[in-house]
Amino acid sequence: MEDIEKLKKIASQVRRDIVRMVHAQASGHPGGSLGCTDFMVALYFSVLEHEPKNFDMDGKNQDLFFLSNGHISPVWYSVLARSGYFDVRELSTFRKINSRLQGHPTPAEHLQGIRIASGSLGQGLSVACGAALGKKMNGDKKLVFTLHGDGELQEGQNWEAIMFAAHNKLDNIIATVDYNGQQIDGPVDKVLSLGNLGAKWAAFGWDVLEMNGNDMADVIRGLNEAKSHAGKGKPVVIIMKTEMGMGVDFMVGTHKWHGKAPSDEQLASALDQLPETLGDY
Amino acid sequence: MKKYVSTGLKETRAGFGDALTELGKTNPNVVGLCADLIGSLKMEGFIEHCPERFIQTGIAEANMIGMAAGLTIGGKIPFAAGFANFVTGRVYDQIRQSVAYSNKNVKIIASHAGISLGEDGATHQVMEDIGLMKMLPNMVVINTCDYNQTKAATLAIADYKGPVYLRFGRPAVPNFTPADEKFEIGKAIVLSEGEDVTIFATGNLVWKALEAAEILAEDDISVEVINIHTIKPLDDKAILRSAGKTRAVVTAEEHNMNGGLGDSVAQLLARKLPTPMEMVAVDDVFGESGKPSELMEKYHLDTPSIVEAVKRVLKRKK
Repeated sequence: MEDIEKLKKIASQVRRDIVRMVHAQASGHPGGSLGCTDFMVALYFSVLEHEPKNFDMDGKNQDLFFLSNGHISPVWYSVLARSGYFDVRELSTFRKINSRLQGHPTPAEHLQGIRIASGSLGQGLSVACGAALGKKMNGDKKLVFTLHGDGELQEGQNWEAIMFAAHNKLDNIIATVDYNGQQIDGPVDKVLSLGNLGAKWAAFGWDVLEMNGNDMADVIRGLNEAKSHAGKGKPVVIIMKTEMGMGVDFMVGTHKWHGKAPSDEQLASALDQLPETLGDY
Repeated sequence: MKKYVSTGLKETRAGFGDALTELGKTNPNVVGLCADLIGSLKMEGFIEHCPERFIQTGIAEANMIGMAAGLTIGGKIPFAAGFANFVTGRVYDQIRQSVAYSNKNVKIIASHAGISLGEDGATHQVMEDIGLMKMLPNMVVINTCDYNQTKAATLAIADYKGPVYLRFGRPAVPNFTPADEKFEIGKAIVLSEGEDVTIFATGNLVWKALEAAEILAEDDISVEVINIHTIKPLDDKAILRSAGKTRAVVTAEEHNMNGGLGDSVAQLLARKLPTPMEMVAVDDVFGESGKPSELMEKYHLDTPSIVEAVKRVLKRKK
């Protein structure tokens, strides 16, 4: 339980980072970032076997993570900095000119922790399949984790990759879907319904798990369960229920904060709800 | 002028297949990917020798490109192969984001480029691919002219770190470049020296440029023929040196006039050395079904079309 409390404190700081970064440049995507904060903190501070201080592109004998829904870059940059990939002060450069922290993540600026560009949606699972194949060819037993938006699954390339991974028994992939039910134009069910999402993945041959992405204890449970399912002949997907904007009362549960920055007053109100636990950058 | 002799007709794509088989034996990091076109791309030899390093993606080119990018993470050198149309236009954004912008060591291998693909018609005859690929920062663009050069280029790009687009056609064409000629990315090859006009040719049109030069020699026109196998990075130095000497230029390629070799050469000359110039290329239309030779004639990509272009440019030469 002590561990869970520690992770919750980190999550509070990461949420502060997110709203401050987006506010500072009046640009970015707070909604999905806040919704995925507990998952990203659990992944980077408890689950991933990685070496933040020794980042290299190949990542041999380390777990890898690919963020397919690249627009939630604020949460990724924050957990990367807070877990030691780069100096947290660099978070102040987010989306500004001459920054390594581009609006959408890229290795082009040589930011530690980033191995592929994402932002144009639907490409991350294919990259993960390639990396997972590479690990198998190299005899590398570590895992490949991914995160995808639910609306993002409307892109057909995902289903090419989903089919491929099952056919080729890529049981070293653990994919997670941020199942918040929202996309830019409104509820996913209204824009283009995913139907029975878990049944779809299962029908394609994946091992399907579920977890509550905004309950830290359940995230840890879900990720560890997923790890225990790895290596058994099937790729693993976690359907992760989250609320967009989680942690900030006026942002929660609506698609309206998908890509909108808070005003000065809204920032103050958001920060009042999020205790500073590790020190602001 | 120097006389080139073809050792016979040979498929360029077999040059790729044979080189890949060789790479399979010599370079443990080389991985082959193909989207249900193994036979067309001549990848059987590679698959036979290293089945564990071949990935059949099924008819899913977007996933193939993404996986190729992912394979580079972990040190692999993926060769992702298919028909030129399906590994460029169909997957442009995948290449743009996951390969070019991410600067991944991916080799995109494109066979059946251009109109000489023949009977399958315009759906399969991409003539925009050089333009699409050369517009991407970080991307090297190569168009080889025969079996030997395709084989040499395939071996060379395995040793180059970064994204490469290698393009060639479907039919068997005269094999005339030396079997032992080392392929240097970005280095133009002067095939014959001349004084009156330069033909910068690429791909299948290189042999036809040599044929045109022989015909023109009978009229005492001295033609310099240069093989521009690498469209990007362009060999600016070689082009400016030759254009400065002959003061008249013709480009020849199996591609749309928009976006191809001609437009790269024109851009260079306009900035550095304005020179009268003609382009042998497809004039912004789609192709159609037919025999390769019939199509090359109808769309003015044959030897007589190069001869005429030379005569046109010589009239404009100051």
